[in-house]
Amino acid sequence: MTEQTIYELSQPGRKGFAFPEPDVPSTPLPQEFERESVRLPELSELDVIRHFTNLSHLNHSVDGGFYPLGSCTMKYNPKINEAVARLPGLANTHPLQPIVSVQGNLYLMYQLQEWLQEISGFDKVCLTPAAGAQGELVGALIIKKYHQDNNDPKRVKILIPDSAHGTNPATSSMSGFDVVPLPSDARGNVDLEALKTHCDDTLAGLMLTNPNTLGLFDEHVEQVVQLVHSAGGLVYGDGANLNALLGIIRPGDVGFDIMHFNLHKTFSTPHGGGGPGSGPVGVTQALADYLPGPIVTIIEDGDEENPPFYGFYTPEKTIGRMKAFYGHFGMLVRAYTYIAMHGPEGLRDIGEKAVLNANYLMKKVSEDYYLPYDRTCMHEFVVEGAWKDIPGVHALDIAKRLMDYGFHPPTNYFPLVVHEALMIEPTETESKQTLDAFAAAMKAIAKEAREDPEMLNKAPYTTPLRRCDEVKAARDLVFCCWVPEE
Amino acid sequence: MYTPHTPQEIEEMLSFIGVKSIEALFEKVPAKHRFPQLDLPAGLTEMEVAAELNEIASANASTDDFISFLGAGAYNHYIPAAVDMILQRGEFYTAYTPYQPEVSQGTLQSIFEFQSLMTELTGMDVSNASHYDGATAAAEAANLAYHTFRGKRKKILVSRSVNPQYRETIRTYMNGMENVSVLGDEIENSETFESFMDLIDKDTAVVVVQYPDFFGRIIDYTKLVEKAHEAGALVTYVFNPTALGLLKPPGAFDADIAVADGQPLGIPLSYGGPYLGIFTVKDKYVRKLAGRLVGETVDEEGTRAYVLTLTAREQHIRREKSTSNICTNQGLMALAATVYLSLLGKSGFKQVANLCYQKAHYAAEQISKLPGFELAFPDTPFFHEFVIKTPKPVNEINLHLEHHWILGGYDLSQDYPEMENHMLIAVTEKISREDIDDFVAALEEVTHD
Repeated sequence: MTEQTIYELSQPGRKGFAFPEPDVPSTPLPQEFERESVRLPELSELDVIRHFTNLSHLNHSVDGGFYPLGSCTMKYNPKINEAVARLPGLANTHPLQPIVSVQGNLYLMYQLQEWLQEISGFDKVCLTPAAGAQGELVGALIIKKYHQDNNDPKRVKILIPDSAHGTNPATSSMSGFDVVPLPSDARGNVDLEALKTHCDDTLAGLMLTNPNTLGLFDEHVEQVVQLVHSAGGLVYGDGANLNALLGIIRPGDVGFDIMHFNLHKTFSTPHGGGGPGSGPVGVTQALADYLPGPIVTIIEDGDEENPPFYGFYTPEKTIGRMKAFYGHFGMLVRAYTYIAMHGPEGLRDIGEKAVLNANYLMKKVSEDYYLPYDRTCMHEFVVEGAWKDIPGVHALDIAKRLMDYGFHPPTNYFPLVVHEALMIEPTETESKQTLDAFAAAMKAIAKEAREDPEMLNKAPYTTPLRRCDEVKAARDLVFCCWVPEE
Repeated sequence: MYTPHTPQEIEEMLSFIGVKSIEALFEKVPAKHRFPQLDLPAGLTEMEVAAELNEIASANASTDDFISFLGAGAYNHYIPAAVDMILQRGEFYTAYTPYQPEVSQGTLQSIFEFQSLMTELTGMDVSNASHYDGATAAAEAANLAYHTFRGKRKKILVSRSVNPQYRETIRTYMNGMENVSVLGDEIENSETFESFMDLIDKDTAVVVVQYPDFFGRIIDYTKLVEKAHEAGALVTYVFNPTALGLLKPPGAFDADIAVADGQPLGIPLSYGGPYLGIFTVKDKYVRKLAGRLVGETVDEEGTRAYVLTLTAREQHIRREKSTSNICTNQGLMALAATVYLSLLGKSGFKQVANLCYQKAHYAAEQISKLPGFELAFPDTPFFHEFVIKTPKPVNEINLHLEHHWILGGYDLSQDYPEMENHMLIAVTEKISREDIDDFVAALEEVTHD
């Protein structure tokens, strides 16, 4: 099944949209800069709507079906979020308007900062980072500047557990640090003995995802934090898996110094086919002066009759600006709405049900799949997508076959510490019936693997396309569609 | 609120797991910190939260209430209704990065079309799947250049007439690199760029210029590009996408990298984000390009297909050896730009660019007739933004304009101390001649006070 491209659908002379005629006298263009034309497609509005509607039908989505993509927290995105983010009073404000005319926006951002601080146990939150990876960059640059300000430039080493997301090492090297991988122990925790050998005066910090990408809560997390602190390092928390901790524990209470939030995972802002994300960062008081600006603050206190007056400030020792303006405001509106609707009890309910669902599904799936770390998990778990006695079947085959059963595959071949990994995160918004159906599909595939392994190698069969040739794509390097000549 | 579990199901699930209570699942969490009492307001129903958000929105005045002449990096364009209708399809906005091409062709093909439109628009060879925004795209351009020379060239030259927030962002990103200096800020804006060009040498990794520049001016950088290339340095153009409806694209000037904020292409102002980073390069830099890239291929039956490709450049494979940590792109915003450009098409896009140009020139002409007001750069062509010297401080003038429900232009003295009493005015197709005349009349009142 294929859909023609917008250029293939284009018909010379067709129009999809018209603007009013100019109502001002004409000024000639500067000839030396004038271009002849831009080769854009020529389509009617119906052509465009039908094209993109047809394309949408080729996607799997949370609205359409179960999406247990590990570490991505593909929970339901409430529709009210979309409605409020589009309120003209919010969506049509210009970022450079005088602050007196946007007190609603600033109030919302201030509240969200306060709420995220309360939820995470950090002293100060900055909302500007555009995504989780940018939040990490903020964290790494803060670690760097902190040590520089303490006249401690020899701290060049960042420790990263071997189960970490690829963004952690990439961020560290982008910030000029040396990356030192840390092994996991047999129970999936940070290996304390290995950690101790690196706790010296060259240690800048540790980037820790907890629960980690195996879905396990580190059993020695307080010790890990303490070891790093006593060596003079800082502990960065990757908040990718914060969903498991809502109302359960606050990373700030455990001693983390910095953490980013993924509003698009934990707080239900939609993933959008790969963005926009939103990655606010929380820090302890000792690091608050390093945050990027602008941050919302109260400029004048309110009283019984008047609300406070809000404005922006940039911290004194700031690492600098991360992007234009103030972050992904539209995403902040959605996250605010989500937290407002949940309150303390609702947030704890999210953490609890995410973990309940994961443990239930883990028990079901592990009837047929090897579970390398067999202990209570948090919001996700990792099994091996292969069997020693069936050498021809791999995690990829199982992932692809799941599509024939109507499910999005789990994250596969990650984390790297598990052979043929399938990383499954059901999220709290899925029902027992959905989990049962998914477990049944996994069981059926395990049976197929024994009975007809070659069939699995060719899966999927019922999707809009069959397996795609990724080698050809990387060899041919075709990045643009055919465009008709003028 | 959105958890579907019935009490009976919870019991069944716990008993299957083999624990007595949900609490028992959290025994590994340090007891003294377990189950904190969060000091947050109690949860609201949808009806209540909708009312609350309405109230928050009504504490703002938006560009619907004002006639707005604010630009400076975010532009108030008309967005056809069809754009948001497509964006609101759950199949698009509740999907994730298209890791599984068999069930993600909708996202993949639309990104592929986005890449195609961006290369047509810019005259460059390759576009990635997008970046966070214009500022971060500019910073990643510097990052790409730095890595192209394996860190051996230490100078990043950024013209002072590049958006000040972009310049700040580039500096932040370069903090991570050893001994890199970001220069250019100290060279006061001059239209010939001679003193800025003098900075170009063999230690220069990249020269960053803006087109039209932050002051709206259309500048011919041909000589600068030549000099940079002679020194072996790369050239990055930061461009305005709407302007390219009329103006020669960065590719025609031999730019190596061209980046922009795509917000003018169908994305609401939304108080500064989410916007869209456009990132395009010459062919030879494709393997250094940060971010997602979609390529064409076939499936097992030979049917045309699209996949994420050259992933070996990216952080999840190369980890600490990748040039950037970027993970997501700005998927849904790229979709908005794709639908917007598909709908406007060849004629509509030219029309909107022309309307901006014509109305801005009418406004400039009318304002510069007022006593005490004059164009700061009368001899340089401009697109839809221009700088006016004002007889009084810009903030005073803007306060007066607010009483007329007009948002005046951007006060340039905030970023350029040498530009006191300089206002940067943006005019888009949404501004009518009557709006401009009202603006001029309100400005004239200022001269009487």
